[in-house]
Amino acid sequence: MTELTRRTITELRDGFRSGDFSAREIAEQFNAAVAGARALNAYTVETPNDALAAADTADAARVSGDLQPLSGIPLGIKDLFATAGVDTTAGSNILAGFKPPYESTVSGNLRRAGAGMLGKLNMDEFAMGSSNETSAYGPVLSPWKRNDGGNAALTPGGSSGGSAAAVAAGLAPGVTGTDTGGSIRQPAAFTGISGIKPTYGRCSRWGIVAFASSLDQAGPMARTVRDCAILLEAMAGFDPKDSTSLDLAVPRWEAGLSSDLKGKRVGIPTEYRIKGVPDEINALWDQGIEWLRDAGAEPVEISLPHTKYALPTYYIIAPAEASSNLARYDGVRYGRREAGEGGLEGMYSATRAAGFGAEVKRRIMIGTYVLSAGFYDAYFNKAQRVRALIKQDFRAAFEQCDLILTPTAPSAAFGLGEKLADPIAMYLNDVFAVPASLAGLPAMSVPGGLDDLGLPLGLQIIGRELDEQGVLIAGLAIEERAGFSARPEKWW
Amino acid sequence: MSVDTATVRHIARLARLKMSDAEVEAMVPELNNILGWVEQLGEVDTDGVEPLTAVIDLGLRLRDDRVTDGGIQDEVLANAPEAQHGFFAVPKVIE
Repeated sequence: MTELTRRTITELRDGFRSGDFSAREIAEQFNAAVAGARALNAYTVETPNDALAAADTADAARVSGDLQPLSGIPLGIKDLFATAGVDTTAGSNILAGFKPPYESTVSGNLRRAGAGMLGKLNMDEFAMGSSNETSAYGPVLSPWKRNDGGNAALTPGGSSGGSAAAVAAGLAPGVTGTDTGGSIRQPAAFTGISGIKPTYGRCSRWGIVAFASSLDQAGPMARTVRDCAILLEAMAGFDPKDSTSLDLAVPRWEAGLSSDLKGKRVGIPTEYRIKGVPDEINALWDQGIEWLRDAGAEPVEISLPHTKYALPTYYIIAPAEASSNLARYDGVRYGRREAGEGGLEGMYSATRAAGFGAEVKRRIMIGTYVLSAGFYDAYFNKAQRVRALIKQDFRAAFEQCDLILTPTAPSAAFGLGEKLADPIAMYLNDVFAVPASLAGLPAMSVPGGLDDLGLPLGLQIIGRELDEQGVLIAGLAIEERAGFSARPEKWW
Repeated sequence: MSVDTATVRHIARLARLKMSDAEVEAMVPELNNILGWVEQLGEVDTDGVEPLTAVIDLGLRLRDDRVTDGGIQDEVLANAPEAQHGFFAVPKVIE
């Protein structure tokens, strides 16, 4: 039997089209891999029949000559995307049993492009977390282990932790993720895969459970840069149902791929050299600069002066928007209900107390506080002003450079439980990821190498608004030079 | 600025989150820790800076004021914890 679960989307697509194997064989092998990896807790729902049905359609389409861009490719879908008739809980007890009667625009776009669904992927509750430990389903285990002889359970990162673990462990050739402040890029870095958050507005937010609407963006995660380009092309596009959807044609990112950076200037932001970051991270960053130079780019020092204020800004704006978005979970229209005491208001309070986990409650409380009478200007408006300055920093920097290269995360994957007791230590994971989110810019993580403990480290490329193509090209330039081929050894 | 138990109770009420006394006590230092950290924004000079309202500024679209869907009452109610006579049902509000 041909082993298909280790292949890229590109290889699967091309092999299926040339008749080397059938779509049904692909779906069957991934279904078996998913069913055999429950120890990782990556999937919250398995939908093998959905994957098989799409595969049969693809096999018939190959005969009739009616192939779609993703015909034959089964994907995992983060549980934040509404999937018609299939449980969609955003990793929260408050949405237990919720079966949307509608399909999110992005997952619908993937279906129309011919993709099947292997299942729904575990995640931090409402995407609030950087380790997948806030999920009501319990944490996802990274397929990676340290090489120190210990057997510590590691996080795959978060919030798209199930998505990252699934690709790294060969339980899907590609997946959807969402990124509000690093939730695609940090888990991609932790698990040795690629992931891109496009420009805010490229992918419709319609049907994605809302966390912080001015930041939320969907994007793909996969083994390679080319695979990300293929998936993003199918996911993106104008949607009149999302008021911030960009009314622009979707570029042909795959066709536009190269790894030629001649004439490009790559900005290296001084402020991202942060105290306390392990030497290995900075060494990989330096190596990344050399790789891009080798691809023809000219590195230039740049300054993003408000970088240190990005995280505190984010931790005002994101909770504020979340507290407003999560007001809809009231036990009336969907999800669980607790009777409580004291009539309607008692029901609301009891339902929300029982349905939300600790981190979600913490953020609702922060968000409600910073939006409350008397504090709105001091916190929320202040943060929106600093956000404008952060956006301006990038605008000024992009007058001196075409792309920006940074590390993706300040460490390799950490152990489960290591940062749970200290919310701010957990938030610091996204120190390099959050500024691009606040500015709405496209940003990608690609694997660069392994640390001394054998764990993957990622490099981040940030581009100008709408320049996903430039980001993907730099990503491919790094991918070709890094030659990252490490895989976690199967223990699950 | 820092919060005390009375403030936490008030915010919990605004957020419709039922909290025990022990939970309120535990929340006070957690919120103060985070608020103390975000207050470093006070160092930033934002005089004359307009708050950012649109991260990618392409303007807001308008649509025609036209009904484009409807007639899906059963689907709308399908996930309700309690539905009666084609409506969402809630605990009695008026005695």
